[in-house]
Amino acid sequence: MSRRCLASTAALPAMIAVLLILEAPVAGQAPSPSSKAPGKAWTPPRIPDGHPDLQGVWGNATLTPLERPKALGTKEFYTDEEFSELSKRVRKGIVGEEADLGAAAENPVRYDLSLYGFDITKATFASTKRTSLIVGPDGQVPAMLPPARKRNAERAAKNKGHEFDSYEDRPLQERCILMTQERIPMLPAVNDNNLLQIVQGRGYVALLHEIDHSTRVIPTDGRPHVSKNIRQWQGDSVGHWDGDTLVVDTTNFTGLTVFRGSGEQLHLVERFTRKSDDTIIYEFTAEDPSTWAKPWTAEIPWTKTQGPIYEWACHEGNTMISTILRGARVADEEAAQKAK
Amino acid sequence: MRSSFGNALHAAVAIGVLSLVTLPCAGQQSYRAPRTADGKPDLNGIWQALNSADWDLEGHAAAAGPVPSLGAVFARSPGLSVVEGDEIPYLPEAAAKKKENQANWVKLDPEVKCYLPGVPRATYLPYPFQIVQSQKTILISYEYAGAVRTINMGAPTKAPADSWMGWSNGHWEGDTLVVDVTSQNGDTWFDHAGNFHTDALHVVERYTPRSADTLNYEATIEDSKVFSRPWKISMPLYRHVEKNARLLEYKCPEFAEELLYGPLRKKQPGK
Repeated sequence: MSRRCLASTAALPAMIAVLLILEAPVAGQAPSPSSKAPGKAWTPPRIPDGHPDLQGVWGNATLTPLERPKALGTKEFYTDEEFSELSKRVRKGIVGEEADLGAAAENPVRYDLSLYGFDITKATFASTKRTSLIVGPDGQVPAMLPPARKRNAERAAKNKGHEFDSYEDRPLQERCILMTQERIPMLPAVNDNNLLQIVQGRGYVALLHEIDHSTRVIPTDGRPHVSKNIRQWQGDSVGHWDGDTLVVDTTNFTGLTVFRGSGEQLHLVERFTRKSDDTIIYEFTAEDPSTWAKPWTAEIPWTKTQGPIYEWACHEGNTMISTILRGARVADEEAAQKAK
Repeated sequence: MRSSFGNALHAAVAIGVLSLVTLPCAGQQSYRAPRTADGKPDLNGIWQALNSADWDLEGHAAAAGPVPSLGAVFARSPGLSVVEGDEIPYLPEAAAKKKENQANWVKLDPEVKCYLPGVPRATYLPYPFQIVQSQKTILISYEYAGAVRTINMGAPTKAPADSWMGWSNGHWEGDTLVVDVTSQNGDTWFDHAGNFHTDALHVVERYTPRSADTLNYEATIEDSKVFSRPWKISMPLYRHVEKNARLLEYKCPEFAEELLYGPLRKKQPGK
């Protein structure tokens, strides 16, 4: 449960998320997505049907924040010197404003991240010189459109003062319905359970995210989405190969899935491209005309890591939600006694 | 009349002859499944059991369901035993516990709470599951509760700890996928009838193609804390042949929340 509780603490700032570093003594070998193509062309290993072999266990730990630190303006990439300096500082455990990691360094207030294998002085990380995972000059999630702000504000207002009334008023991750790290698109997050196992069978790619044993079995025959009236927490994912890139298209989300304020028109396109023995570049574009004025895209390196994926049963051990609600009822009772 | 009778007779004879020809072939040995690129039987597909074993592995008559207001909907459907020899060989003490489980199944059955089902129950729950087969790993994704397991086809590995779905190591014996499942916790059941096991459970599953769209499924079940000897269940599994067959999302924790957490809801004034 302790892991679950850590995972469920929505209050952990997203910035800490990027602290999560698992990988890559190979950082040097793996061509960074931003670097120029190496002299010798690398070709991916292939499965018998000729498509690239994406199989294995992958981790998306990175030092790069999703959104670009404001001070960097429109600067999309660090220079080699800046990058090497930043890497050295990180190696010494100094994480400053450069990567917007100041909050993370202060974190031991609540959690000793080294307990979870997050000792930043020892950990390794996937290499990207991007200043933010979000690509392009903005480097930010676009501002929410007024109707979306209104929609989300109304929902929050409705919940205010009732946060502990019932399980229905608790966040989805606490209810083991949709863990924050299980959500698609797949974003790096704090925890040691962000591993992704890919298995390719005939006509399908299975994506098993360790967190809450979240599994998508994606047909790659280019078939259309299921009927519009089938709404699912994780939407409906269908895929196809675009050359050597696996493209996964997801629609049919519920109106309550709410990825960064999105509504049920959320449409995701994820692209998986194997770039080296140890690296898959995962790129996603999120669009929702009811939420953002324009689509936005992020690029995240996944690095090969060691398995196996282990079972992550959430609901079965969920004493947290009953404890929270029971505590609230005790508080109600005490308040009622006092009022008498 | 005459000619149609003649046709019928003809057909009957033909069927008789066909059965003669096909009967010996109906055994699992003679059907040769299509192969994957590495020469193994291709088990990829969406499969489902078509029986009422999730109500009771042993033979059972139809009975009223647990919720009277639902009438004939969700009543218990009848079914023949899927247990070889019909009965599960419980040790005396365990037989008593099984009876107690059965009497209180609505309260005790982990499926009611949407807990992960364990093996073999995952196979014959009334939901489809999908086999995604690669050379080194075979992944099985179950619609129920989004349960999943990966079967390691390489050198056998040991479980780091017990879990709900256990630890699966597989290998091929001819056309049969044999999966050795260990390290399941003692919290899953076999069915609504209270058939149970402990954490000493050891399951060996055998998946054998028997035609293009059916598999034979067998599971040998061993648990010396509860059973006097190993015992076996078997059943066919059927392929979903619909062109657009898909597993859909069945995240059932939300269906069990009222049951589990409803009593902790804030009391409304006047109620």
